[in-house]
This record gives sequence, C-alpha cells and structure tokens, in this order.
Amino acid sequence: MNTETKQILTSDGIPLEKSLKKAERRNKIKAFLLVVPLLLFLAITYISPIGELLTRSVDDKMVTNMLPKTFKAMEKWDGQELPSEEVFASFLSDYKILVKAKTQGKLGQRLNKEKNGFNSILKKLIRKMKNFEEGNYKEQIISVHKRFEDVSYWRAIKRTAPPYTVAKYLKAVDMYTDENGEIVRVEEGRRIYIKLWLRTLQVALFVTLFTFLMGYPIAHLLATIPMKYSNLLMICVLLPFWTSLLVRTASWMILLQQQGVVNDFFVMIGLVDDDNRPEMMYNIVGTYVAMTQILLPFMVLPLYSVMKTVSPSLMRAGKSLGGTPFVSFWKIYFPLTTSGIGAGSLLVFILAVGYYITPALVGGASGTLISNSIAYHMKQTLDWSFASAMGLMLLVGVMAVYWIYNKLVGIDNIKLG
Amino acid sequence: MAINKEFVKFDNVDKSYDGKTLVVKGLDLDIEEGEFVTMLGPSGSGKTTCLMMLAGFETATNGEIYLDNKVISNIPPHKRGIGMVFQNYALFPHMTVYENLAFPLRVRKIPKDEADKKIDKALSMVSLQGFETRMPMQLSGGQQQRVAVARSLVFDPQLVLMDEPLGALDKNLRESMQYEIKHIHESIGVTVVYVTHDQTEALTMSNRIAVFNDGKVQQLSSPDKLYEEPENSFVAGFIGENNIFNGTISDIDGDTCKVKLENGSEILANPISIKSKGDKTTISLRPERALINPEKKMDNNYKGKIEEVIYHGDHTRLRINILGSDQFILKIPNSTSNLDIKLGNEINIGWNSKDTRALDPK
Repeated sequence: MNTETKQILTSDGIPLEKSLKKAERRNKIKAFLLVVPLLLFLAITYISPIGELLTRSVDDKMVTNMLPKTFKAMEKWDGQELPSEEVFASFLSDYKILVKAKTQGKLGQRLNKEKNGFNSILKKLIRKMKNFEEGNYKEQIISVHKRFEDVSYWRAIKRTAPPYTVAKYLKAVDMYTDENGEIVRVEEGRRIYIKLWLRTLQVALFVTLFTFLMGYPIAHLLATIPMKYSNLLMICVLLPFWTSLLVRTASWMILLQQQGVVNDFFVMIGLVDDDNRPEMMYNIVGTYVAMTQILLPFMVLPLYSVMKTVSPSLMRAGKSLGGTPFVSFWKIYFPLTTSGIGAGSLLVFILAVGYYITPALVGGASGTLISNSIAYHMKQTLDWSFASAMGLMLLVGVMAVYWIYNKLVGIDNIKLG
Repeated sequence: MAINKEFVKFDNVDKSYDGKTLVVKGLDLDIEEGEFVTMLGPSGSGKTTCLMMLAGFETATNGEIYLDNKVISNIPPHKRGIGMVFQNYALFPHMTVYENLAFPLRVRKIPKDEADKKIDKALSMVSLQGFETRMPMQLSGGQQQRVAVARSLVFDPQLVLMDEPLGALDKNLRESMQYEIKHIHESIGVTVVYVTHDQTEALTMSNRIAVFNDGKVQQLSSPDKLYEEPENSFVAGFIGENNIFNGTISDIDGDTCKVKLENGSEILANPISIKSKGDKTTISLRPERALINPEKKMDNNYKGKIEEVIYHGDHTRLRINILGSDQFILKIPNSTSNLDIKLGNEINIGWNSKDTRALDPK
C-alpha cells in the first residue's frame, strides 16, 4: 500500500489539515465551555476532597510544630545514647510554651501512642518543672522520672519529627513501626484490619457472583418477553430503586430476624425447630442476603441493555446450524453479553466494596465491612487521619480493580445502556 | 434414485398465535427434491410463519409437516439439519467468517481438515476466498449476505430456507445476488424454500412460486404460468401489472364467454374461475397483450382516448380511457415509433379473448 500521502492544500494555499482544525476550533471551544461548569464542580467536590483525604491521612505535623527547638537540636543526635544537654534544654523550653498554652495534653497523648507510659511522666514533669533551677536540665529532668533516662523514650520523640507519616496506612494493614524503626506486624490476637479487608473483598466478590447468577436470567427474560410484560417486570426490578435504602434494609431486618417472617416460615414447613431458629441477621448471612437484593438492579440493568441488542435471530441461527440450545447459548449468546456482565460486575463490585448502611444494620459483628470501620473512626474515635487512610486505600483498591478489568476486558467494551 | 416428489410436505397445516385468528389456514404444499420454491405474498400473509414452522421455531397448531417422508413436529430445530439464511443474515458478530462457517461443522464434530475443505468450498461458491479472518462487521452488506448463504450450505443440508435474504440490499446488488443464489442452487441441487414479498425476485429465481394471501396458498405454479395464467384475481393483481374490468357473465360457450361491463358494453373473455351465466366477474388483461391498431384480426376491438403518456426508457406507458375505465394501461416498446400517441388522441385497441381472463370477482 502506498503510505506516502501528498499534503492537500485548500484553494488559498493553507494545508487542508490546518484549515480543518481552524474550522473546528470554534466548535471545540464551544463544546468545552459547555462542560466547564461540570468540570469545576467535579474539581471542587471530588478531586479536592480526595486531595484533602490524602494529605490528612499522612499528616503528622502536630508534634513537629509543637517541639520545633527539640527537633532542631535532635538533628545531630545519632539515637544510640541519651541525647545531649542541648536537647533536654530545648525540649523543656518547648514544653513550657505548650504548658503555657495548655496544649501539652495533645502532645502527651500523641507521644503515649508512640511509647507507652509517656503521658504520665510528662504530667509529672509539669509539676516538677516549676522548681527547676537554671542549667543542667538533663539531670533535673531525669530526676523527675527514671524513664527519662531510657533512650527509647527519646527515640520515640525523634520518630515523630517528620511532618508526614505512613503510620495510619500501616495500622490499616495491622502493622506498625517498632522502637527500632522497623515495620512489624501487630501480634496475632490484635490483627483486625487485615481480616476486615479480606472480608470486605470476599463479600464484594460473592455479592457480585450472587447478583450475576440471579440477574442474568432476569435480564434475559426482560429482554426477550413481549413489551407489555417486560414493562411490568422492569418496574418490579426498579421498584426497590425507588424505595429508600434504609427502608429496604429495615424490611430485611423484619424478614430475617429470629422471630421474623423467614424463620416463621421455616418453622411452619418444619425445616427448623421452633426453639432452634437459625440466626440469619447480625452476621455475615444477613449482609449477603440484603446486599445481594439491594445491588441486584445494578447487575440487571447493564445486562438488560446489552441483551436487548443481541438479535434473537442469532440464537435461532445457532440452532438451525445444528447447535443444541445449550451450545448456541454458550457459544453465541453468552459471549455477546460479556460486555454487560463486565459492566454489571464492576458496578456491583465497586458499590459492594464501599457499602455501609446495610452491613451496619444487618451485619452485626461478623458482617461489618471496612466502610463501617471507616465510619467508626470518623464518628467515634475521631481519628480522621486513620479514616482517611482507609478511605484512600479503598479508593486505590477500586481503581486497581478497574485497571485490572481494563487490562483483561478493555473498558471500551463496557456497556451501561 | 428417484426424485422425491414430496420432499417437503405441508399436510393441512393450521397456525394460530393467539387462539383467535388463523395465520395459516389448512395449508397443503408439496415441494419436490432439488426444487427452488418461493413463498410469495404480502406481509402478514403467513409465508414467514410457514418457513418458521418448517425450520422448527414455530409449532403447527394443527396438521403435520413432513420432511423426506418423516414427520418433523417432534424434532427440535437443531436436529432437523435444515440450513437457513435469515433476514438480517444473523452472522455471529463475535466470530470471524471462518468461525461462522466452522460453527455448524464443529457442533457436528467434523474433523478439522475436512471442515477446512468444506469451508473453502463454501466460500469459493460465493467467491469470498481470502475473507476467512474478517469479522462480519468489516464486510459490506452483500458480502455478509454471501457469508450467510455459505454458512447455510457448508454442512451440506438437504434443504435450505431463506427468509427474505436480499431485503436489506440495494437494487443492483439484489439483482446480482438473485442470479448468484440461483446459480448456486443449480450447481449443487439443494432444495431451497425462499420467502420474499418481491415478485420480480420470485419470478427470476424460482422453479415454482406459491403465492400466499390470507394464510392460504392462492396458486402454486411456475413463474411463467403464474404470470400468464393467474387462477384468481388476487394472483393476477399481485403479480405484475394488470388491467381490470368488473362485469357480469352474460353468456358462456366453452372456452369463451361474454361479459357485460358496468358501462353496458360487452367483451369476449376466457372463463377461468366462473361457472355460469349471471356470475359476477373481474376480468384481467396484461397490459402487453393489448395492441394499438392491431394488424391481425383480434376478437376484442375498441376505441380509447389517451389520458396520460409516461416515458419509461425502454417502453412508454399509456393510460387510456376505454370501456368506462380510465385506468387502462398499455405498454408500447419504444422501437415502434410510427404510432400516433399524443395526449387526447383516440386510438384503436385490440386484444384476444384468450388473454382476457374472467376471474372471481374482487
């Protein structure tokens, strides 16, 4: 093939390509102006909060700002033996300022997290430091409590020096930096977050699978039955959509509780014993059941819209060419709906990974997910930076899923309608 | 081996979708082995339904369909071994041309080298060698059509059904595909049942045509007979052009009859589907059977006035007011230039009573 193409000129000698761009520029600008409000809105409401999330999750400036002189003096310290008199003096002077401003409590809490027993000796220091004499602060401070002689306490202070920290991220995967500055896992009995992440992943995967298994036949039925029935069925699929999430979850509570409708029914048909009713709520079962039902429309709709485009004559062609109904389905119909399966699965998975209300209400202890933990730290412990760190990890996880999906299937193949 | 005269047989087949109206009414139809039969009719006449029943996608409400002397109502579509070409080709969009053709062979577990030979043969039949790796979307409408035809033939079925396969093509392509399908049929001798609403398509391609209307076969005969000797006024009106007069039989004598028209004049006609004097009738006369200033003696001869002259390239059409009807059409080949055809002229028109078919009243 001849790849060499001659440049085509318009009648006034400008290259065609150039004048085409010129002609289209005005339209492009117009089109851009139309989307500017949305872009601004997104930037303000989406991108900037995520940036805020990121900075908050790694922010550790509090101590840095509280002990400026100490950290300056510590720069020369190697961390092997007790720091010099200069460090002790700067620490005392920093601390006095804090005590004056009555913000020393925060420092105590923060350092106590780094090294147990720090808070109490700092409180003791407040009482004693009023009587301190000029000079030789090292000895005087050590005399307040013998822990001040322990080099590990001073190392703990030094560890808080950098304005940024990954400690929250480590905590979210049950790890921490120990006294020697090495990253280690917390002891077995206290590992909770890894378990929570894995459970979240497991629930999201299974809910995706369940919605797929249930949604595929529904979507197929919707796409193939005559219009007058399909509209009614469509309303049935969409009806939960129009009901409040809270109400739907509450109705599951009514259904699933031990004295609930489902259990009553099981007892009535003799499936279970009356005084041995199974617990279907406040555990993982409740989370599965309720989430599958609630997320089902997100699977059905993309599947339906794709199936609608698959001509029924293709299945007929498959059969007339000798394929059994199953072979025709598997070789012809199914491959043509994969884009819908991908779209639905991605949608359901991403929604499920971050699901909050339903597991909070029906999940109980064994059925809560990572988002419940995020909410807990947002509202109860007020450890916003930890919540931010987990939120960001969730976001990155979802993006990773998206990336993998794009590599495997290609995001262009997604069809939502 | 003797040719099976009843290779496909519809025996008193009824079909109803809603339990209230019959789409197909008491259909009897025999198709010979190796024949090219077209089901022709307006939309809603039941022709596609018949095809779907034959393919197994619809079940007959009543009656039996036989394929090669076997009742096929209990055989599912995939076991009937009938090739089918669909209206929109129904090529599998996610498979290449090769895979499309390989599908029927794979499900039949035909070894790969043998399958490759068959695919190659089928593709060469529709002159599409070298297109194996293309996807259907990369082909033009005509090429997709050829692939669909090749796919329906690749597993050597005894019977191929085609459901308006050329409907989506433009006029020129449609014509060339008509010849192509006809030639393929002639060269491999497969039995073809073809559904269309396009009468020229039916006339060019078929051995026999079954004209459908109102769920019934109105006439089943060869294209020339269908055109020259329509058996009822629906067929006469549906196939080709047609001049009509309504009238009453005033006399019958063997193979001629006298018909009194609405304006009072009497013409001679050929009684086809009328029995006795006094019957109402519709008379059908093909435009090309009437001549202007006939040289030979013709037994119907009347004067008419030219109302309209329409130039058609190879011929000219005249609309003439004659015998109380102003819709009488005449076709004059443009080689005969000596005639005085001007608007408003009175001319002599003649035709034979043999061509004037007195049919059932419309």
